[in-house]
Amino acid sequence: MCLGIPGKVIEIAEGGTTATVELFGARVKVALDLVEGVEPGDYVLIHAGYALQKLNLEHARENLGVWEEYLCLHKQG
Amino acid sequence: MSAQTRLIARIKESALTVADSLGRMPVMMEVCGTHTVSLSRTGLRDLLSDYIDLRSGPGCPVCVTDYADIDHMIAFAEQEGVAVATFGDMIRVPGSRCSLEVARAKGASVKMVYSPLQAVEYAEANPGMQVVFLGIGFETTAPTVAMSLFEAQKRKLSNFSVYSVHKLVPPVLKGLLSSEDISVDGFLLPGHVSTVLGRAELDFVASEYGIPGVIAGFEVDDLVVAIDQLAMLIKKRTSRVVNAYQRVVREEGNPRAKAAVERCFTPADASWRGLGVIPKSGLALREEFAALDAARRFTLNVPRSRPPRGCRCAHVLRGHIRPTSCPLFAKQCTPSSPVGPCMVSSEGACAAYYNYDYAGHV
Repeated sequence: MCLGIPGKVIEIAEGGTTATVELFGARVKVALDLVEGVEPGDYVLIHAGYALQKLNLEHARENLGVWEEYLCLHKQG
Repeated sequence: MSAQTRLIARIKESALTVADSLGRMPVMMEVCGTHTVSLSRTGLRDLLSDYIDLRSGPGCPVCVTDYADIDHMIAFAEQEGVAVATFGDMIRVPGSRCSLEVARAKGASVKMVYSPLQAVEYAEANPGMQVVFLGIGFETTAPTVAMSLFEAQKRKLSNFSVYSVHKLVPPVLKGLLSSEDISVDGFLLPGHVSTVLGRAELDFVASEYGIPGVIAGFEVDDLVVAIDQLAMLIKKRTSRVVNAYQRVVREEGNPRAKAAVERCFTPADASWRGLGVIPKSGLALREEFAALDAARRFTLNVPRSRPPRGCRCAHVLRGHIRPTSCPLFAKQCTPSSPVGPCMVSSEGACAAYYNYDYAGHV
């Protein structure tokens, strides 16, 4: 029910209230009323037709692969 | 050895240390249906089953919807000139007489939407019909329903209303944490509810109740990291709420989303299936939006509802029993012929266990 899907913002419509977002290769229209400062190229979390949060890519990259680093950090901490 | 394998090994190590001191396996509870499914689908629940008791709590908003509320939803749909618009999750869930799906087959008007905005558009395109949107879901979904109320106001629609049965996560967590019969050593906290609420609003789990919690994402890597962190916290007896889903969850959440909910709704007592009435755990429409409140727009005479006999969803939702311990599980109650809501909803604990964990044991 609380399913959220990350998508890449391709284009923001005039007025800035909706965006075209790419999701698994498909393009969908998403409402931007609940987020601030979204620009083309950003990734957003989408829920029930609304962008709910802008993704922090730095943290995403950290999560994407650096397990070794994570383990080392954890051992030191 | 891959990093992930090493993490799994470390989780097992922490769990064994905890088990030595407690004399039983540590119990971690997830309170999010998407986590319930992810833990089953990825095989993590099974992989760790000898080390950690990963138990499902009341994390599926559809499953915790009271029979009386579902009976009301069906009654709306059965009214002449009324269409009920809803997320697909709700359609198959049985009330005490039938489900929206069965009511639709008998002629009731039920429209499935994936966004509340679609329901507004549907109302605008069908001015001769009253459209009731079913406001179900936790903090994640409520802001999108709030936006549909603003939108209906802006478009001056007199044929759109919302039946709010939204539920709030902090009050139910407080209810669980205050009950005497709960033995949970740590919580895997819902990533997308936290996206709206923020880590700070879930800090009470540790600061008031002394139980650690980790906000988790939904990919297998997210879950492994979160379980590892939670196992560490339990082992070190550190009660903190840690955010392990930082790419999405911020300390203060999403202020815009919270403000939208605050403008439309006010916390109200709500009845949870299996848990009873929990004070201020639901959302009622504010007076300013009374004209868009389906509960006030329609007067319905709905008979008193009764839960199905033998169904133990109430115990599953409180984490008292695993789905497999219910006498109906995989016998009278299966996803194709469900008795209780936890087997109907794709995010219900019983359906997740049936589809993923149980399949291997047949």
